[in-house]
Amino acid sequence: MAKFTKKGKGGTPAISTASLPDIVFMLLFFFMVTTVMRETDLKIKLKLPEATEIKKLEKKSLVSYIYVGKPKKSLQGIYGTEPRIQLNDVFAKVSDIPDYISSERDKRDEKEVPFMTTSLKVDEETKMGIVTDIKQELRKANALKINYSARKKAE
Amino acid sequence: MARRGTPEVNASSMADIAFLLLVFFLVTTTMDVDSGLSRKLPPPIEDNEEKKDIDIKERNVYVVLLNMNNALLVEGREMKIENLKEGAKEFIENPLNNENLPEKKNKDIDFFGNYPVSKGVISLQNDRGTSYKLYLQVQNELIAAYNELRNEKAMQKWGKKFDDLKKIQKKAIKKIYPQRISEAEPKNIGEN
Repeated sequence: MAKFTKKGKGGTPAISTASLPDIVFMLLFFFMVTTVMRETDLKIKLKLPEATEIKKLEKKSLVSYIYVGKPKKSLQGIYGTEPRIQLNDVFAKVSDIPDYISSERDKRDEKEVPFMTTSLKVDEETKMGIVTDIKQELRKANALKINYSARKKAE
Repeated sequence: MARRGTPEVNASSMADIAFLLLVFFLVTTTMDVDSGLSRKLPPPIEDNEEKKDIDIKERNVYVVLLNMNNALLVEGREMKIENLKEGAKEFIENPLNNENLPEKKNKDIDFFGNYPVSKGVISLQNDRGTSYKLYLQVQNELIAAYNELRNEKAMQKWGKKFDDLKKIQKKAIKKIYPQRISEAEPKNIGEN
């Protein structure tokens, strides 16, 4: 009897935290691997339109992006409120698109070029005029696979 | 004698350091997947190639017009966007072999044998003043019409959704309902 009373003197034993760093490191590595740092700084206001029939874009390395929309509030003083095209980090004109496409192509392997997609990220308030111009330029540049970026519609 | 090794480094702050890094990556992570409507543009028109009007019978074309006031005109009549999908489905399928709806041509298709395939083409035209939001909605409805038809056919034949079919089965269904949405050369109406 005495044996038992002696043993149960000090409450619950402390849980060993020795493996805590390991667990945290595991999580850390997961997030490090999945993180994609934003490459481009958005200079435009971008609210994507909603759609239901959307498909995921595969092979992100083969996608080049064209952003269209009104300049952000802070930049409206310099660039005005008309919708503009953003390629990489700078505002561009419609006539810059063929150069952009060919520079994107140069970055990839030759045999990957036919699978390249251009993702059009266009703000929903934009008028079709500028989008039509972009599409015509893309046709001329022979970049025929496009993707109208959209959000999944909440049902 | 006391053996003196190197004193042990206190590792209790290791967890804190790791947590700090973890929080940093948690905050910077953007898990958004890019998604959208995939379309294919028509190849550019060669300069030396004369622009010829391809002769398509009127009954085979489903004309969808979008004007600068964001109104929708389908086959000469105004239509609400909610009805567009049903309208397009009826046009493509032509269940009653209506005179005004597209003709069908029998084609040999795997699994289905000789099957009448609709010759219908959807022609989408928009103005420069049309809002992108509406344009995308219309595209979405038209694609939805095709997807629903394909799904229905897949259900009827194999009891599965189109996306769950095997590659050759998908190919057969795609042959029955080829996605033919043509976008006209842009026209300049009104201001530049």
